[in-house]
Amino acid sequence: MSITYLEAIREAQARALADDPRVFIYGQDVGEFGGAFKATKNLAQEFPGRVLDAPISEDAIVGSAIGAAIEGYRPIIEMQFADFSTVGFNQIVNHAAAYFWRTNVPLPITIRLPSGGTPGSGPFHSQSMEALYAHYPGLVVMTPATVEDAYSMLIEAVNIDDPVIFCEHKYLYYHLKADKLPDEALPTGQARIARAGRDLTIVAYSAMVHEALAVAQELSGEGIEIEVVDLRSVKPLDTDTVIASVARTGRLLCVGEAWPWGGVTAEVIARVASEGFDLLDAPPQRLNAKDTPIPYHPNLWSVHRPTARSITAAARNLLQM
Amino acid sequence: MAEVAVSESKTSMEHLSFQDECVAAFRWMLLARILDDKMASLYRAGKIFGGVYLGRGQEALSAAVGVSLKKGDIFAPLIRDAAGRLAFGESILDAVRTCLGSPLGPMRARDGNVHRGRPREGLLPMLSHLGSMISVVNGMLMARRFKGITGCVGATCLGEGGTSTGAFHEALNQAGIEKLPLVMVVADNQYAYSTPTSRQFACKDLVDRAIGYGLEGHHADGTDLENCLQVVGNAVKRARAGKGPQLIVAKMLRLCGHGEHDDASYIDPKLKQSTAGRDCLKVAEGMLVKRQWGDAKSMEAWRAEFVQQVDEAVAMVQREPAPDAYKETWQALASKHLGETFPEI
Repeated sequence: MSITYLEAIREAQARALADDPRVFIYGQDVGEFGGAFKATKNLAQEFPGRVLDAPISEDAIVGSAIGAAIEGYRPIIEMQFADFSTVGFNQIVNHAAAYFWRTNVPLPITIRLPSGGTPGSGPFHSQSMEALYAHYPGLVVMTPATVEDAYSMLIEAVNIDDPVIFCEHKYLYYHLKADKLPDEALPTGQARIARAGRDLTIVAYSAMVHEALAVAQELSGEGIEIEVVDLRSVKPLDTDTVIASVARTGRLLCVGEAWPWGGVTAEVIARVASEGFDLLDAPPQRLNAKDTPIPYHPNLWSVHRPTARSITAAARNLLQM
Repeated sequence: MAEVAVSESKTSMEHLSFQDECVAAFRWMLLARILDDKMASLYRAGKIFGGVYLGRGQEALSAAVGVSLKKGDIFAPLIRDAAGRLAFGESILDAVRTCLGSPLGPMRARDGNVHRGRPREGLLPMLSHLGSMISVVNGMLMARRFKGITGCVGATCLGEGGTSTGAFHEALNQAGIEKLPLVMVVADNQYAYSTPTSRQFACKDLVDRAIGYGLEGHHADGTDLENCLQVVGNAVKRARAGKGPQLIVAKMLRLCGHGEHDDASYIDPKLKQSTAGRDCLKVAEGMLVKRQWGDAKSMEAWRAEFVQQVDEAVAMVQREPAPDAYKETWQALASKHLGETFPEI
């Protein structure tokens, strides 16, 4: 038996609904239809009255989740695509994120964002929004890269007393598989050493972890041992694990699928440069998507985002510095 | 699960006669005007850090909302709702502490002036982004429905300018779909900051929007307390009885600037002379005297009582310590363990 990343997300929601009567799901087409990606398949049937279709109103969807959370509920919101969450941006960043600090009332809301690019998805169904949300105080931003993390981190997201932006990667939905669901998980915020190495640290998260692992595998054949750090969540950002890795390797390459300006890779490099400058044997490098909207055609898209090929080139370059 | 409770000063108006309701609402109007005037003078004296926004001219509508709600209901007021807030149960101290930035207030000096409330008691602290409170009230009402709580109402207020937002549209459509006991109160006070209604909407009548969302719509004369109480009271009653969401549009003129920084020189003088330009407080005072529900002597006694209450609250809050930046947690997350494990988050 194997379970996909998408099925893990569905199972995590089923468990959250079963374990806690305060949990409900609200979003477009999530009810009987089971969601645009089927992440809520059969949940409306299994949990009658607790998986509700919403009108196409991202602002009102998040606003009403805030209201339900004030009343003690723990809503899970599905944005059909991460890209559409910008329509609800005001409610997320100004209302939900600031609420606990302003009022002392916690808002346990999970906002699921089907994120990242897939071939042919184009400018408005491919975005990675983690840096945007991480910028605002009061939000936790999770970016699971594995089936196990998709499951355990989503359950944790529902249990956390803060609004959580759960960035699940669409590219991993069907292709990534595990043998079984995990019984235990690392604590929220703690990064994972996805592969140990000694020559170079690649810090990545979400789908880019798998590109980085492919690069590490390839270069291993040449005697180059790359350490891959999977951030798991970008907020909190586990600076200690990153710096400890850089202390071992002396070289840092940060990889993100999102745009470069003010993003997660910039934040990681800023922290390592300010707190671990003397650990670096070469200038820290980063690789992001190109600073254009995300292209439609796969030929363009596969060059727009970092891939094993471009990461390999960046890693080789850094090793020669 | 959050317990719903409204502060002790909230009195249910359910069993009051219309006369008692009028008198009660008038007293809240008067108290709100006195409180507002005090805040304005503190602003001019440089004693307030941010802006001051008054409800002058809108007290009748606002008080009617506060008086029509009862314990266990939800109220999301806007910037000109001092009267409604007080009638719903907000204390003078909460208002003064928030305006003066006292750490002892409900917002603990972290937020100020009109951005105050006690969410767990059903009184929501407003966001400046207009229209964004409506769907939050919807969510609370949906949650109450999940819990099996019936008979409660959620009311929220907005100006006519706020009806132009996407949030307003999304939330009223949502309330219509869910058939929620929502009462949406629009104060059509002729200006959104400086923008007249001719640059705000093109529809003939804002109440016409109700039908598009599946709401019941009502007009009110925002300068007439009796009419406001009847219209708002009826809408609240209908929402409570399961007749679905209600939209009230009340016309009046804002008798002040957008905030105390604004001299409102753009207001058309003709509007000031119109029925909409009447001062609802004076109209209500005349009505009470005419119906012999109050006289000059009782009005003066109420005024003296409220001036004293407000002065005492201000004097008390001014003696309270200011917030100490070194005692602030500087942690935005409720999950304290995350802030402790990852200090730079």
